[in-house]
Amino acid sequence: MELKTHISVNNLSVFYGNEPALKNVTVDIPDKKITVIIGPSGCGKTTLLKSFNRMLEAVEGIKISGAVLVDGENIFDPGIEITGVRKKMGLLSQRPYPLPMSIYDNVAYGPRIHGLKKKKELDRIVEHYLKESSLWEEVKDRLYTPASKLSIGQQQRLCLARGLAVEPEIILGDEPTSALDPKSSQRIEARFLELKKDYTIVVVTHILRQARRLADYVIFLYLGELIEHGPANQIFDNPKQEMTREYIQGVIS
Amino acid sequence: MNKKRLLKDKIAAKFMLGLVIFSGLLVFLIAFGLYYRAKPILDIKPLGQLLFSSSWRPLRGDFGFFPFIIGTFWVTAVAIFIAVPFSLLTAVYLSEYAHKLVRELTAPLIDLLAGIPSVIYGIWGVLVVVPLIKNHLAPFLGTFSTGYSVLSAGIVLAIMVFPVIIHVVIEVLRSIPNELRDASLALGATKWQTVKHVVLLKALPGIVAAVVLGVSRAFGETMAVLMIAGNVAKLPGSVFDPAYPLPALIANNYGEMLSVPLYDSALLLASLILLVVVLGFNVLSRIILIRIERRIQ
Repeated sequence: MELKTHISVNNLSVFYGNEPALKNVTVDIPDKKITVIIGPSGCGKTTLLKSFNRMLEAVEGIKISGAVLVDGENIFDPGIEITGVRKKMGLLSQRPYPLPMSIYDNVAYGPRIHGLKKKKELDRIVEHYLKESSLWEEVKDRLYTPASKLSIGQQQRLCLARGLAVEPEIILGDEPTSALDPKSSQRIEARFLELKKDYTIVVVTHILRQARRLADYVIFLYLGELIEHGPANQIFDNPKQEMTREYIQGVIS
Repeated sequence: MNKKRLLKDKIAAKFMLGLVIFSGLLVFLIAFGLYYRAKPILDIKPLGQLLFSSSWRPLRGDFGFFPFIIGTFWVTAVAIFIAVPFSLLTAVYLSEYAHKLVRELTAPLIDLLAGIPSVIYGIWGVLVVVPLIKNHLAPFLGTFSTGYSVLSAGIVLAIMVFPVIIHVVIEVLRSIPNELRDASLALGATKWQTVKHVVLLKALPGIVAAVVLGVSRAFGETMAVLMIAGNVAKLPGSVFDPAYPLPALIANNYGEMLSVPLYDSALLLASLILLVVVLGFNVLSRIILIRIERRIQ
């Protein structure tokens, strides 16, 4: 199958101090598909994911070389505005971190910081994206209560709505279900499968079964190196590398 | 052997409990002691007159504390008004913007400010701040001031309060998880937007606590204020007028002129008022803190 590329990673290397976290990774991430990054913990999955929206740079002592092209533009170009890069991507972290404000304000936060002030428009956005993340029915009567009062599964869906509200093209998930109970995880996964119609989704996970359920495309990392990448069925059923086969079969983890 | 061990355990726990109860009771003991010694004057004069009369003529038996109470509030208010914005922004810079190296070099220096004895702040105030206000600021604004004034005391007090607020606010900001900042940054917010809308909001209860700590210090600070505030028992009309805060009144006069009838009792009443003001302020801020916490989380 012929895939349109959305994010293109070229020779990306990342060092924390002198510790290499990613070594010369080159891979293309297809448009409007779910790409799953798998690999054992500490292999650089999250580092790769966070390089996409330049969230690595706050880390002290980090060195980045290579290029990440989003829509053909290198996001590390000095002329690129970092807030613009980040606005293109919604991030779901391992644990939900609702902002210390109401449910409504959480979703409205993104549009507001980008300059939207009209109450009517904000109301519409909040409702739309809470529906999009299938949270609306549960919270429509208490939009102005603190977001911290929600259950952790609801908080994660709220974070999804918050991320979608800035109208990104890409959704990044950093083990987005690892703190959730199975039912809540399932809802997030269901959202992803629905949302891939409109968004490119990249998810980091160490749960292989989740990877099988979600992935259209798979990237396998091991100790900072890209071992193998390809369409999901190829990686899961017929991996070319011995290491990939062992990881998939659970011989190594 | 085993028995002895258990006995020791019990004794240790009981002993420590005793210490806790004792220190918990200290506030009440002190308050009661002050009340007991202030009772003679309270028996003779109505409390309302003591608190709200501006007439301070001990030799005639007039003990009006109003100028002192107001002087205390003025000096503290000026100090906090100056200290809060400055120390808040300093703490935000050090915690959110500064390179690790800058932070590690600066933070101990600021803490050092807290260790300087207050009499040195007092001297510095007399030598630097008082002339500055007398010769430059007051003439510049078209008024007259001897320099010994509410403003001078407030400025020196603000500098003394800086390290307290800065230290606590840095601790509070550091305790906020980075993931929360990331959540805001990942939406395309700038650093300043993140600080303004997320970090400071999350830190608000801690910031209030830090300010309370600073205010409490300012209320009670004696030495520096005594040296700079001017010590005139009159209601200050502006920040360029002298004031006579309660701690200065007590420190200046206690042990002297005690032959004047009721003077001793009056000064202990002043101490009691100061204690009640500080306690009341702490209780009030505790209530505010709980309400803020309930609202944001």
